[in-house]
Amino acid sequence: MDFLNGIVALANFVLIPAIAYGSQLALGALGVTLIYGILRFSNFAHGDTMAAGTMFAVLTTWGLQAMGVSLGPLPTALLAIPFGILGAAALVLLTDRYVYKFYRAQKAKPVILVIVSMGVMFIYNGFTRIVIGPDDQRFADGERFVISARDFREMTGLAEGLALRTSQVITVITAVVVVAVLFWFLNKTRTGKSMRAFSDNEDLALLSGINPERVVLVTWLIVASLATVAGVLYGLDKSFKPFTYFQLLLPIFAAAIVGGLGNPLGAIAGGFVIAFSEVGITYAWKKVLVYFMPPALEPEGLVQMLSTEYKFAVSFVILVIVLLFRPTGLFRGKAL
Amino acid sequence: MAEPFLIGDGMTGGYGKTGPDILHNCTIAVERGEIAVIVGPNGAGKSTAMKAVFGMLDLREGAVRLDGEDITHLTPQARVRHGMGFVPQVANIFTSMTVEENLEMGAFIREDDFSGTMEQVYDLFPILREKRAQAAGELSGGQRQQVAVGRALMTQPKVLMLDEPTAGVSPIVMDELFDRIIEVARTGISILMVEQNARQALEIADKGYVLVQGANGYSGTGKDLLANPDVRRSFLGG
Amino acid sequence: MKTFLLFGLVACLILGTGLLQSWNSALLILNMGLVSAVMALGVNLQWGLAGLFNVGVMGFVALGGLAVVLIAMPPVEEAWAAGGGQILLGLVLGAMTIVAAVLMWSRTSGRVRGWATGGVLLVGVIAYRMVLDPAVDRVEDVNPALAGYLGGLGLPVLIAWPVGGLLAAGAAYVIGKTALGLRSDYLAIATLGIAEIVIAVLKNEDWMARGVKNVIGLPRPVPYEVDLQNDPAFVERAAGFGLDATTASTIYVKIEYGLLFAGVLIILLVLSQLALNSPWGRMMRAIRDNETAARAMGKDVTARHLQVFVLGSAICGIAGAMMTTLDGQLTPGTYQPLRYTFLIWVMVIVGGSGNNLGAVLGGFLIWFLWVQVEPIGQLLMTLITAGMADGSWLKLHLLDSVQHMRLLTMGLILLLVLRLNPRGLLPEK
Repeated sequence: MDFLNGIVALANFVLIPAIAYGSQLALGALGVTLIYGILRFSNFAHGDTMAAGTMFAVLTTWGLQAMGVSLGPLPTALLAIPFGILGAAALVLLTDRYVYKFYRAQKAKPVILVIVSMGVMFIYNGFTRIVIGPDDQRFADGERFVISARDFREMTGLAEGLALRTSQVITVITAVVVVAVLFWFLNKTRTGKSMRAFSDNEDLALLSGINPERVVLVTWLIVASLATVAGVLYGLDKSFKPFTYFQLLLPIFAAAIVGGLGNPLGAIAGGFVIAFSEVGITYAWKKVLVYFMPPALEPEGLVQMLSTEYKFAVSFVILVIVLLFRPTGLFRGKAL
Repeated sequence: MAEPFLIGDGMTGGYGKTGPDILHNCTIAVERGEIAVIVGPNGAGKSTAMKAVFGMLDLREGAVRLDGEDITHLTPQARVRHGMGFVPQVANIFTSMTVEENLEMGAFIREDDFSGTMEQVYDLFPILREKRAQAAGELSGGQRQQVAVGRALMTQPKVLMLDEPTAGVSPIVMDELFDRIIEVARTGISILMVEQNARQALEIADKGYVLVQGANGYSGTGKDLLANPDVRRSFLGG
Repeated sequence: MKTFLLFGLVACLILGTGLLQSWNSALLILNMGLVSAVMALGVNLQWGLAGLFNVGVMGFVALGGLAVVLIAMPPVEEAWAAGGGQILLGLVLGAMTIVAAVLMWSRTSGRVRGWATGGVLLVGVIAYRMVLDPAVDRVEDVNPALAGYLGGLGLPVLIAWPVGGLLAAGAAYVIGKTALGLRSDYLAIATLGIAEIVIAVLKNEDWMARGVKNVIGLPRPVPYEVDLQNDPAFVERAAGFGLDATTASTIYVKIEYGLLFAGVLIILLVLSQLALNSPWGRMMRAIRDNETAARAMGKDVTARHLQVFVLGSAICGIAGAMMTTLDGQLTPGTYQPLRYTFLIWVMVIVGGSGNNLGAVLGGFLIWFLWVQVEPIGQLLMTLITAGMADGSWLKLHLLDSVQHMRLLTMGLILLLVLRLNPRGLLPEK
């Protein structure tokens, strides 16, 4: 019984939250890695792109809620995602047209584009705050739990409860679907293959008659979609606050670099590596360990490696370790 | 005398609008279904001459004509649409993509069904059929070159331009590549190539150009050049 | 000539503020402008001279602020008695763990390596936590409303400025060792990360600097207003200028700060100018312009980059210490990357990257705009919304959003300068 309780506690406090968080990070890192692969710069505005896309979705959600539209047990925000994507796409395409395109034509150095993306970050950030304000916004509705901790305890008779929130289930399902569609697109369609070709060898891609502007356009559309989906899922799971999204930049970049910048598969793996480390290192393991240790050895403290305030430190340390020992990332990106 | 199928006529120019001239009144031509080879010492402008024919540098004088049409002002991409295929010396494949995807990307501009062409390429390079699902970057040097040539053939070009196709491969592989190139020429495709291995290349060439400092030094049939004592002494090592 | 005119313009702007708003706000802008100029100088050293992309300015600035607390605050004797030594011991243990892990990693190989290093780390972390945690609890229980931390060394506050530079330099060395020599984006991400971590440490390690409870009442290098107001000689002199004692005292204090800051700025500016024109500076620029060629000529590019990265970060640390001294308090909750990292970048790029005077100019100008955009935005919004019904939803929202205008404005300025005048107001010579 102790063993089962331990497993349940582990799942409840570590596995499920980490899988959900990992999915959100993976979607974010995919966006970063695609920009890196195709446009060849690290997009510092990505966190704020996520915030902007989510903001459009939140506003739509409120509109839908006001009209009385509802998905029943599912959050209304799911219906709003397409509108969020539309908004984010319009935003990034306008930005590309009026900002990035100029530097692309000039063949500017990547670091210049990074600085430019910093300026874009400022503008998105200001824009989001002006429209929706800097505060926390809740927009989740519908059924909160698929299984609540109490139901689970009653069902199984175990001492530990296992809570499964709707947002977590939706996050994982959506992430799987989005990633499957993305990989199908990249590997099976002509446009997707042309994007990979462009990322692999730009000159040869041009020689083969691949239209770079079209590739860039499609990339931005995909990135806007990924950013919005990631942002809405994160917002449903936690809450929506523009500054938090800016801060997500660090774990997202860590995920992308750990996986190997420019490598989509790596971005997903990196997202989960970062998420599991973050949750695992900041979790107080006492609750789980009591079930596995003989009473004599039971830990006195919380057995928490780092307090949750230091979760950024975890992504950072993993990033540093990867940079030191394998700068190209786990999956060999286009590094160095 | 009838105009050759593809001719870079009296080309003078260099890289960029202001760069120094590298080519000086250089003329390169190839007939339909024949093999023309550009040889010469290092720094003679061999690759530059080929790039000039393909539109990758600015010509100050001279013209490039394909099948009688003036294409001097077309971009390289537009020349591909006009039936020119180009295999760069380095970075000539998509390393992270499979062999088959490389060929598909070669055919990117084609709107029609290109499966027939792909079969032809596979017939020409049977090893590629075997490795069609493998990432091109994992192949050996010779196999990569086959992918590169195959990719360029996917547009069904009328002229195929090869920039040192045998650079860095072993002599055996080199012979095999030359055999394949002859086969390609037999299908009616003109071949223009730059070669470091002058002797072997001239042996299969219908026409040879020896460039010296960006200008035509000697030209003639492959056999003539091989027999020319000056050429032998200066470029072929006796 | 252009330099002269532009600096004249900035002077006019600040004087204008003095005439139109108040001399107090003008001096406040001037003082923070001086601090910003020092920060911009540091970033310019890294970016302008060496092309290094540091997005962790905030972290180095905060470390400078921490130095002020550690140096200038009087020690809390009770807290030291409760667990000061034990905390130091814990920190030493932590450091030893890292050293031992590194040694273990370099001395072993194969499969043993990972497990052995992991084992050392695990044992070390457990020991570290067992020593540190109880001591931290005890220290934080000492008079938590006022102290709850170890305090500082009780030394004159001016010593904290160079120490702030040293702290920042140490952090920069660690980061530089890791991320320099790799692609430029990696340094950016690494510095972004270290900045977040520095802030997280400041916010959470209450025993060190009280965390979000803030340390207030930091000692000053200049007299207190109250003392001046009680000094009959000062009141008399103020009256001579036709000022009342309160105004005169605040202005006097600010002027003294200004003079101190100006002194630091001038020293650093002169040093930067000398560095820029020295053989070392020429070499740095040569490396920046063509790294491959410099490498081929036998220059150790990574080591040079490390030097300049550490120096630039140290300057940011000094500026951070100056700023915290000016504020008289350390408030970790107020450190925002947009304000302390990205704004400094706007200063450097607008001023002219590679030109020290340009960076200084950018520091003053952008700081002025940063302060004044809000009232200007307010005015603008009031004009825009003038026609709207009072209390309408949109009007309130628009008026409310004025405070976010500055982000938008700064982003716009950055993009416009990068696009239209990428070399900045005062281009590199």
